[in-house]
Amino acid sequence: MSGTDLLEPIRHDASVGPATKKRVTDALLYLDDLKVTFDGYRALRGLSLTLDRGEMRAIIGPNGAGKTTMMDCITGKTRPDTGTALFDGTYDLTRLDEPAIADLGIGRKFQKPTVFESHTVADNILLALKGPRSGVASLFGWRNRVEAERIDALLTKVGLIAHRGRPAADLSHGQKQWLEIGMLLAQDPKLLLVDEPVAGMTDAETAETATLLREIARDHAVIVVEHDMHFVRALECRVTCLHEGAVLAEGSIDAVSADPKVVEVYLGR
Amino acid sequence: MTRTRLIDPKGWIFLAALAAFCLVVPLLNLGIPEGSGLHLPTYLVSLFGKYLAFALLALSLDLVWGYCGILSLGHGAFFGLGGYAMGMYLMRQIGPRGVYGNPVLPDFMVFLNYKELPWYWLGFDHFAFAALMVLAVPGLLAFVFGWLAFRSRVTGVYLSIITQAMTFALMLAFFRNDMGLGGNNGLTDFKDILGFPVQAQGTRVALFVATGIALALGYLVARFMTVSAYGKILIAVRDAESRTRFLGYRPEHYKTLAFTVSAMMAGVAGALYVPQVGIINPGEFAPTNSIEAVIWVAVGGRGTLVGAALGAVIVNYAKTVLTGALPDAWLFALGALFVVVTLFMPKGIVGTLIERFGSRRARAKLPPEPEIAPKLAEEGQG
Repeated sequence: MSGTDLLEPIRHDASVGPATKKRVTDALLYLDDLKVTFDGYRALRGLSLTLDRGEMRAIIGPNGAGKTTMMDCITGKTRPDTGTALFDGTYDLTRLDEPAIADLGIGRKFQKPTVFESHTVADNILLALKGPRSGVASLFGWRNRVEAERIDALLTKVGLIAHRGRPAADLSHGQKQWLEIGMLLAQDPKLLLVDEPVAGMTDAETAETATLLREIARDHAVIVVEHDMHFVRALECRVTCLHEGAVLAEGSIDAVSADPKVVEVYLGR
Repeated sequence: MTRTRLIDPKGWIFLAALAAFCLVVPLLNLGIPEGSGLHLPTYLVSLFGKYLAFALLALSLDLVWGYCGILSLGHGAFFGLGGYAMGMYLMRQIGPRGVYGNPVLPDFMVFLNYKELPWYWLGFDHFAFAALMVLAVPGLLAFVFGWLAFRSRVTGVYLSIITQAMTFALMLAFFRNDMGLGGNNGLTDFKDILGFPVQAQGTRVALFVATGIALALGYLVARFMTVSAYGKILIAVRDAESRTRFLGYRPEHYKTLAFTVSAMMAGVAGALYVPQVGIINPGEFAPTNSIEAVIWVAVGGRGTLVGAALGAVIVNYAKTVLTGALPDAWLFALGALFVVVTLFMPKGIVGTLIERFGSRRARAKLPPEPEIAPKLAEEGQG
């Protein structure tokens, strides 16, 4: 991002609330013909994708395929030039800003783990917990009286219970990744977007993360962006391969990795 | 959830020292006869009261700078507005005792040929109304200013510059005679406050103690805010603003609330300052005053509250001593102090103590060192 972004108009039409329009699709996430251009570079060139309720999907694709841009469009960070992005068949994601979209129930884990470094591990979870987000609510409200057990249960799930009192800055890279997944769980969103969750992890940690994500996928819809093919295979879910800002192939991991177009993109001619 | 206590050991030391100061000073002034060597002259009581008012201003600045990353270079504006609200009340208390003896109009209005009292002076006869304005005027300005700036995601150096412009604009406006607030000369020649003569020894001691109480209350309010979940989110906004948005928080709301509360605190500080120094004029809006307040906080240690108050007292004491001994050297000394603190003690006095002796958790909470250059790329990750 450049400095000129400061000057861009900011959207505040956070018309979150009871859906006003009729549900137009049964898919939880419906992306149709999304196009994004940055300074002449076409990051997304007509991306279309649907995700069912409770589905887990892995997104693969070489660098520059548009994976992160797609996530930016879904979470309100980037506004597509054209195209449709519907959540729950009713909410137009292209018209909402980041907090409004987070409020709808879309949580995101970033490629580079971003946790609140000066807060303790437990406080990171506390701030993520689903609940009222207003200033007055957090000044006087329930977030000041959350039982330790609730936070500890989440920390146990992501294997960080022994570190609950440490500042998040002191965690290792892999532990920060897990903390961020723990924060996602605390948010309890309908849809989790997980960008490269195993980057910088050891093989053992990667395997544990796959188990954790499969467990999460039992009651949440999840989109995982990842390069590591072993990890994607371990997720046991449908795979979408992106290339140059559009979907190249979709199907089971075996079908996609056998697809000649995918092979060509990954291996070159 | 283990909650940070409202008053930590550092807070107890601060409150105890403040209470002791507020007991000893009146005792040395009122309790010991004037001839004795231990007697504290009344002018020093007011001088100490002034320090405490500055300490409250520094505390208010630390709330936004230390915990929210808003480097306000215009907090003197809120201090000045609170001061003017109090000054207007004090002017109305003069009544017909002015030089011109006009029963309604203050002297400067008679001098400038005003026929009647401007509408915005109405109500200032009443202390309760003036006290409300001390909070409401700075609060409202901060709310509108903050809402517009934070909603447009103006941060860092850009924000600092517009806060500076705000106080500069107010200074120019208040210099104008047409403002109906005394122009260049400001408001002065105060006689009574709540029926007590402003110059009297007892009143001065009472004002000093009131300032001490206001500082303690301001500390407790700031502390309540910063140890609550609200304060944790404020720190999260300071360190990773865009991340909080993806969690569903609206940083602009959090910042506006902190900025408004802080401005109201600064307004109270100004209101307590004015009767103790006996004058308020547009010079209080001068950008240098706001910058000096930033230096107090930096010296004491930002993000510590106690440090901000301590820094204000130390720097102002040094200013009193130095301007008495070497009047021309003060600005150089202030500049040198800022350079030394920035280079060798970037966490300030209390921050350095925390870094030395504090727990790992307390150290982690301290704000990162100030950015010299604006961080434009901060938002662009992932």
